[in-house]
Amino acid sequence: MAERSVEQVPVLVVGGGPAGMAAARAARRGGARVVLVEAGDDLGGQYWRRLPAERQPAGEDLKHPRFRRMRDDLLRDAGCEVVLGGHVWSVDRRDGAPPLVHVLVGVPDGNARQPRAFEPAALVLATGAHERTLPFPGWDLPGVFTAGAAQALAKGERVAVGRRVLVAGSGPFLLPVASSVVRTGARVVGVVEAAGRAQLARGWGSRPWRLLPALAKGGELAGYVRDLAAYRIPYRTGAAVVAAHGTDRVEAVTVARLTPGWAPVPGSARRVAVDAVCVGHGFVPRAELATSAGCALGVDGSVAVDAGQRTSVPGVLTAGEVAGIGGVDLALAEGEIAGSVAAGRIPPPSAVHSRDVFREFADRLAAAHEIRPGWQSWVDDHTIVCRCEDVTAGELRSVAALTGSRGLRSLKLTTRAGLGICQGRTCGRSVEEILGPAGLVDAGRTARRPLAVPVRLGEIATAAGEDVG
Amino acid sequence: MMPDPIAPATARTVRIEVAGEPVDGLAGQTIAGILLAGGRLSWRRSRTGRPRGVFCGIGVCFECLVVVNGLRDVRACQRRAVDGDRVEYQQDDVAEHANGQGLSIPDGQGGDHG
Amino acid sequence: MGAGIVGAAIARVLARAGCDVVVVDRGGTAGGTSASGEGNILVSDKGPGAELQLTWRTLAAWDRVREELRDELPAGFPDLEFDHKGGLVVATTPQGAEDLLAFVRTQRAVGVRAENVDDAHELEPDLTPGLTAAVFYPEDAQVQPVVATEALLAAARRYGARVRQQVEVTGPLLAGGQPAQGAGEQRRLIGVRTTAGDLFADAVVVAAGPWSAEVAGRLGVALPVRPRRGTVLVTSRMPVRVRHKVYDADYVGAVGSGSADLQVSSVVESTAAGTVLIGSSRERRGFDDRIEARVLAALASKALLLFPFLADAQVIRAYGGFRPYVPDHLPIIGADPRLPGLWHATGHEGAGIGLSLATADLLHDLILAPEKADPLTDAFRPDRPGLVQGGPAGPGLVQGGPAGSGLVQGGPAGSGLVQGGPAGSGLVQEGPDGPGLIQGGPDRPGPVQGRREGAA
Repeated sequence: MAERSVEQVPVLVVGGGPAGMAAARAARRGGARVVLVEAGDDLGGQYWRRLPAERQPAGEDLKHPRFRRMRDDLLRDAGCEVVLGGHVWSVDRRDGAPPLVHVLVGVPDGNARQPRAFEPAALVLATGAHERTLPFPGWDLPGVFTAGAAQALAKGERVAVGRRVLVAGSGPFLLPVASSVVRTGARVVGVVEAAGRAQLARGWGSRPWRLLPALAKGGELAGYVRDLAAYRIPYRTGAAVVAAHGTDRVEAVTVARLTPGWAPVPGSARRVAVDAVCVGHGFVPRAELATSAGCALGVDGSVAVDAGQRTSVPGVLTAGEVAGIGGVDLALAEGEIAGSVAAGRIPPPSAVHSRDVFREFADRLAAAHEIRPGWQSWVDDHTIVCRCEDVTAGELRSVAALTGSRGLRSLKLTTRAGLGICQGRTCGRSVEEILGPAGLVDAGRTARRPLAVPVRLGEIATAAGEDVG
Repeated sequence: MMPDPIAPATARTVRIEVAGEPVDGLAGQTIAGILLAGGRLSWRRSRTGRPRGVFCGIGVCFECLVVVNGLRDVRACQRRAVDGDRVEYQQDDVAEHANGQGLSIPDGQGGDHG
Repeated sequence: MGAGIVGAAIARVLARAGCDVVVVDRGGTAGGTSASGEGNILVSDKGPGAELQLTWRTLAAWDRVREELRDELPAGFPDLEFDHKGGLVVATTPQGAEDLLAFVRTQRAVGVRAENVDDAHELEPDLTPGLTAAVFYPEDAQVQPVVATEALLAAARRYGARVRQQVEVTGPLLAGGQPAQGAGEQRRLIGVRTTAGDLFADAVVVAAGPWSAEVAGRLGVALPVRPRRGTVLVTSRMPVRVRHKVYDADYVGAVGSGSADLQVSSVVESTAAGTVLIGSSRERRGFDDRIEARVLAALASKALLLFPFLADAQVIRAYGGFRPYVPDHLPIIGADPRLPGLWHATGHEGAGIGLSLATADLLHDLILAPEKADPLTDAFRPDRPGLVQGGPAGPGLVQGGPAGSGLVQGGPAGSGLVQGGPAGSGLVQEGPDGPGLIQGGPDRPGPVQGRREGAA
């Protein structure tokens, strides 16, 4: 095996969504050479997802002029190398410095991809977030998707997930999902939000004048609300999908009213015929690289940052959803700050102001839609919680009781929850909440992944390159 | 396929093979997009034999796995189809493995919806 | 102290014998080394000596204990996944074959069942074509180590033991008050101070794996147990193509790696869950728990030497842990001569699962029926000649000058590891007791005399 050369780079940005793009551009403006690594085959991340180049209509880019400008700037800039199809699979933690970053360049889940290793002077992690979907009986039936899947398939493929679609869960994300789905020609029979009016008011309603700056910037939200009216999509609060029914695919769901604590109200259950249901309950930061690099996390699992978007590891910064769920405007502001600081510059005051405004907005949303523990009462013993290993809630509860262990490491290995190929991304938080009402030793462990993405054994053998005989 | 309000530009066709049968898709489509557009909601069995297909659509849940050109554990929602790709269904139920198998055609397709 | 496999086994045996037992662990149960390995129970990597004896006893004990657990465990307890799967040791070089067969001869001489395999591909069709020798050890077995630990604890609880998690030992409770300076004063340990209050006990057992030195230190005694890092790769579920445990024989000749401390010897096996586990690495780096790509690459390339088809296997997880190792590579089991009331059951390195039950049985006899105690226990005594430490490296089990037999601390490098001359490779110099110790010069270890640096 030949020794791989390590590429020294002033600023390495991982993640080519809004935050990463903003960071790369700001670092370039700050005079630093930048390498931007993105796992997908185009920039834009989840938020700016669009049809692939081979299928693009002329009008597509008009929808997001800001994105088009940023993208063009970065791709045309000789001082910014954009690595598409770049999968960061592991980082070697360093004390008091950014880690070594190991990348495989090629198609997702390929073999024999090209290895590259970077030693950044400054590392900006903009790895985003993924959805959290609370389990319910029947949620593993084909036809049950995350809310994000419906949008990704609609925006990226023009594929409709079904003909009679219900959108459910919690959070403002349900609205753009409904809009995307309805634009594929499917009928959206309703949007069902778990937070009740009181919970929503607590977030959205208190001191509403402080939301004005954020709302004025984004007419976006208003657009989604208009779609609900235009397409006659009922929006219901304080309710949830508590079961999905069908043999080989979903054919109907049960929707029930929820108490303020999110427990189903007895007698309120109603059956709704659907052929697809899209469910999302907020987002989980994709913090595994930050964790492997040694960065401290906040209480919600996001990466802890200071006013300059710096993490607890010198030289490592972070921006966007991974630093705290907050939407695209916050991501852009944070990215600009992180990129500036990474290049050794003072962040622009406009970005700082923007970040503060949208951070407040985001915190309100979090309060308005935060998951409440009553959800566990709609999870019966037969409900699958870990989808990769088909571990049910009953098995989790039973094994925890039989072993009496409060250690998450032990519980994972005795239940197999979180050990499958997704390594706890889908089930981790739900497993921890079901297992540990009394508090678990090593809580948060399900989010620790030294391998950030599955890698072929042959690629591991050649990627790090050291000849060990 | 559903009518497209934004009318994508016509893309050229790609032809792939799915479980031995030729299937046409559009250039740029992912394998999951081709399978879903063809009316298939599930194509894999989980550890205890439950039908699975796309769940998260963004590559984090690893449910939509297929075998592509002999390589297992490929996320169909992340892999763009290339002319000549040979896609086979991947089964992960443990009973299959005892037979040394791991590839088979699932029954129960899910209804036509697209 | 310690709710890992060794602590669990001891708790069950003593509780069953009618003792009042409390197990404390500063974390959750089965949260340390027991959850970081593969669950190996190996005869194949043991040369003639006390450890082999202990392994045979544990193997026999596992069959007996599994029967007993059927009655002791509640319905629905997860499966231990015990498998008498056998181990296949494979050499891939001519020298490796020679070393392996020489080692096998020493093992056969003491009764180890080892079968020369003429056509290894009948046992393992996907093995590399380039193998030079293969030996099958039918006695090697496998268990799910965390389930096994939890099962022993659950059984112990059934006999009245209490298991206290997130309780950390902070200091000793001594008869007569404060420990006095200097040797000679008869103190007795009558319990421990913990973060959850004082616990009084007639016997305090250190079974904290790699943390035993720290725990013992808090009780006022030094223990030469050190962490030795190991890392394992896990693949996604796949159709079974690896049917046994398969090891590379390269540890027999102990060829060093290019990297000063990292040693990798390949172990590949399938699990009941359908995944393939790939180990095993050894590094001395204190408790540094970071996972590094170069270590993963070494594990990967060695595994591919055995099973080329694994190149396309999708690796989904890498995990690591610390083995508790002792300079003469034998566990420490028995009463601490410096502090009556204190007992040790630790230092099992990578063989904890495979030595656990016999350790518990030995300790049971030593504590409750010392007149019955097996002479085998002499090999594991905390004050055995092989654990002499003196000189500037700090206190050892037996205070003495630099001329002691067995392991002699010579150089200034402290830490209890450096042996003899200046090149200090960390390997043990031969002492008068011969078997059990690896002989070699400063840079290059020679053929293994006793227990080899096993794959575990």
